[in-house]
Amino acid sequence: MYKVVIGLEVHCQLKTNSKNFSPAPNEFTEAHNINVAAVDLGLPGILPIANKEAVKKALFTSMALHCDLPDEIIFDRKNYYYPDLPKGYQITQNTKPVGVNGYLDVIVNGKVKRVTLHDVHLEEDTASLEHYPKYSLIDYNRSGTPLLEIVTNPCIESADEAVAYLEDLRDLFLFLGVSEAKSNYGQMRCDVNISLMKDTDTELGTKVEMKNINAFNNVRAAIEYEIKRQTEVLESGGKVIQETRRIAEDGKTYSMREKVDAVDYKYFIEPNIPSTPVTKELLDELKESLPELKGDRYLKYIDKYNMSEYDAGVLSKQRDVSDYFEEVLESGVDTTLAVNFVTTAILSTLNKLEINISELFITPKMLSEVIKLVSDNKLSMDAAKKLLYEAIDKKTDPVELVKKEGLSQINDEDKLLELITGIMDENQEVVRQYVEDGNMSAVNFFVGQTMKKSNRQANPNISREIISKELERRKNNGK
Amino acid sequence: MHILDKSLDEIHEALKSGEVTSKELLEESLKRAHASQDEINSFVTICDNAKVYDVEDNVLSGIPYACKDNLSTRGVLTTASSNILNNYVPVFDATCIKKLKRNKAVMMGKTVMDELGMGGTGTTGHTGVVKNPWDTSRMTAGSSAGSAAAVSAGIVPYALGTDTGDSIRKPAGYCGVVGFKPTYGLVSRFGLFAFASSLDHVGCLTRSVKDAAYVIDAIKGKDEADMTTFNSRNIQLVDNYTTDVKGKKLFYIKEIVEELKNSPNKEYYENFMKVVDYCKECGMEIVSESIDEVILRSLYPSYMAISCAEATSNNSNLTGIPFGNRQDGSTTEEIMFNTRTKGFSELIRRRFVIGSFILQKENQEKLFLNAQRIRRLVVDKMTELYKKYDGCIVPNSESIAPKFGEKNDALSDTYLLFAEHLAISNFGGFPSITIPSGEVDGMPVAVNISGPIKHDSDVINMAAALEEKIGFIPLNMRGDK
Repeated sequence: MYKVVIGLEVHCQLKTNSKNFSPAPNEFTEAHNINVAAVDLGLPGILPIANKEAVKKALFTSMALHCDLPDEIIFDRKNYYYPDLPKGYQITQNTKPVGVNGYLDVIVNGKVKRVTLHDVHLEEDTASLEHYPKYSLIDYNRSGTPLLEIVTNPCIESADEAVAYLEDLRDLFLFLGVSEAKSNYGQMRCDVNISLMKDTDTELGTKVEMKNINAFNNVRAAIEYEIKRQTEVLESGGKVIQETRRIAEDGKTYSMREKVDAVDYKYFIEPNIPSTPVTKELLDELKESLPELKGDRYLKYIDKYNMSEYDAGVLSKQRDVSDYFEEVLESGVDTTLAVNFVTTAILSTLNKLEINISELFITPKMLSEVIKLVSDNKLSMDAAKKLLYEAIDKKTDPVELVKKEGLSQINDEDKLLELITGIMDENQEVVRQYVEDGNMSAVNFFVGQTMKKSNRQANPNISREIISKELERRKNNGK
Repeated sequence: MHILDKSLDEIHEALKSGEVTSKELLEESLKRAHASQDEINSFVTICDNAKVYDVEDNVLSGIPYACKDNLSTRGVLTTASSNILNNYVPVFDATCIKKLKRNKAVMMGKTVMDELGMGGTGTTGHTGVVKNPWDTSRMTAGSSAGSAAAVSAGIVPYALGTDTGDSIRKPAGYCGVVGFKPTYGLVSRFGLFAFASSLDHVGCLTRSVKDAAYVIDAIKGKDEADMTTFNSRNIQLVDNYTTDVKGKKLFYIKEIVEELKNSPNKEYYENFMKVVDYCKECGMEIVSESIDEVILRSLYPSYMAISCAEATSNNSNLTGIPFGNRQDGSTTEEIMFNTRTKGFSELIRRRFVIGSFILQKENQEKLFLNAQRIRRLVVDKMTELYKKYDGCIVPNSESIAPKFGEKNDALSDTYLLFAEHLAISNFGGFPSITIPSGEVDGMPVAVNISGPIKHDSDVINMAAALEEKIGFIPLNMRGDK
């Protein structure tokens, strides 16, 4: 058996109005070469202007990833020639990244795994190339898009850990609102470095690099295939070659090029962007707006609210849903009911209407009011959910609906008894089955009928009690 | 004498009074440009259809000027005197060009330079050698060669130039005109084809110090497109222009003047010492200060290391892929390789190789970072001296303009202290002006005055006071030339 050692380099496009060093818009578009300024073409005479928003979002992310933050923002040039790099250098951070020595705690198969981070740095994306048999085309829309690169230490030991990390990292980007992180748009891309070593080895094995994998399931496939392939190579007494491989559609990896010597990128500090100090005011401002993150919420939901792992997972996954849920809780309603309503009625409505929770008509306050009606026994769960759907439909506050249409639960025992007696009189055969044959399902039948006749306003628990008593009374009377 | 030969003030008055029109000025300028082109070769492009503006209240309106060919001019060919850009027509104006347009200045042509600004001879442009209007067997120096020649020859009252080591000031000195490089960040570099970004400056070549004040006032200012520019509302060169500099304190660098004293031709030293006397006559104090010779001798290699390193990166955009003079090739690598091989002269390729070597990981510490340390030492020393003094005055060069063939840009084992002493002001971003100080052997010689950053007004005024004392007559005002 070999120990698997994986390091991941994740590139994430930041959501900003303009590009990292140019005034061109930063947005995904199908039309080619639309969002292009002179800076993005590397025309002679252009100068970079650092994007404050991108720098802030980069620092914000570093902070959320528990990194040490720099005292100043400076950039470096990484020099190399490639047709997708119009300036002939990429502006990136080498001397002082926006973050070093961070970590992200990831839950993998129920256990917490701490993925430690080497650094987080802000850079610019390249243009994109489209290759045709006889020529290639360049689309400069992507050129200069702010890109945050998050580099882990070689501390990941399985495909499960890698994918869990990527999913949690994506959720973190979404929680922080720094990126849309859509891998199908290439907004989140991953380079995988993987090597195998024996438990007794003191040095890492020869690593293989796989670049620009977008989909997380491809990351999994690539890692699993490489573990298998490298194990076979080592088992048969061979040596793993240091190389770059790519994952193909068949789920296998193929060699692209062997790595000769490491490329010398001739880094030096970008002279056109003066150093900007990272002030205490800025850090305080960022710290202030740092939300409680997914992992912390997940653990809080389990520890503090005794939720199931499943519910805790569902309610902590998206920040807007989680914030909504916590706002409902803040009104002091019953936690179990709140979990039930949000995970069922609310989330299914979002799915059905294909909307975000922010677009939902039912505010946390409205939902709290409805939940209070349920816990005060004024409304059944069923009726409450129906009420919510109706409220969404009519775009009316559910409490208003209750007032207007009298939808409140019938708890009055005399009223219920009167209703139930009437139903039983109409269904003598079912009463007989209970009285004479002892058929207990008659109880459920009458509960159902009561709910139906009462327009689902009857309190089902009280109704059930009354039905049982009444059936027993009739049985005893018949004797 | 034609009105075009007068000072900007006087030309402006003539335009105002109707004595001359903007169109007539442009026609005269174009006529002179074409007439001198064969002989001195100042221009890559002469804008025969330049847009003429009527005179307004601002002094530059309606007056023709020339622009170095490394400043981006929308719709006008801009080659940086390199084959690799011999078809490049920019889509945007440099900030300084935009500002001059707003001032209704009339751009009549783009001037020849040393290829991509690299080189100090005026001989390496892709359209040929620029010759010194004083004596066409002599060079102008560079890299703002055509701009210096055009102003000296009276084609335009002023020209824009750029200065990375001494590229405005050296040719200004050789051509008997004023060359001013203001404080780093006073004028935006947006649209300047970068050579070495941390050393590059936009400035001007004029026939008088006051004219330089007008030009810089018009093109300076904080620019959203250049993060190294600063707000300079408190720096107004024309408003604060005065030749009363009583009480100002100057120093000269002892080691450099000593070297001049030891040169076989005593006239250079005598000329400089006469200027020292003029300083005193103007009521200024002047003393000598010593700077460690080791540091002075390190200036040239440090300058070469930093400028070549930055240049190799800055010019990596010239691949023929998005723009430029693309050559054929079967792969993108081959296209880039062929474009760069054919597009650059050997001298340029040599600088890129040096720059690339210096930036290599194993050499960075020894070459690049040590050069940066020298730079910091020099700047710290000057900054310290500038706490005591308002400025530093030095001879602009060790001689008059050399004859062709006497000097080239190839590397050599020995250098004079003079080789790169003007680059001190590029290292520190100090304002620095060169003015003619007289003649030796019928050719102009010059002095250079620099000062602390943002003290551009003091530098201008000290130069103006000396200019008045020296009474140098520009070439275009002389009947005999």
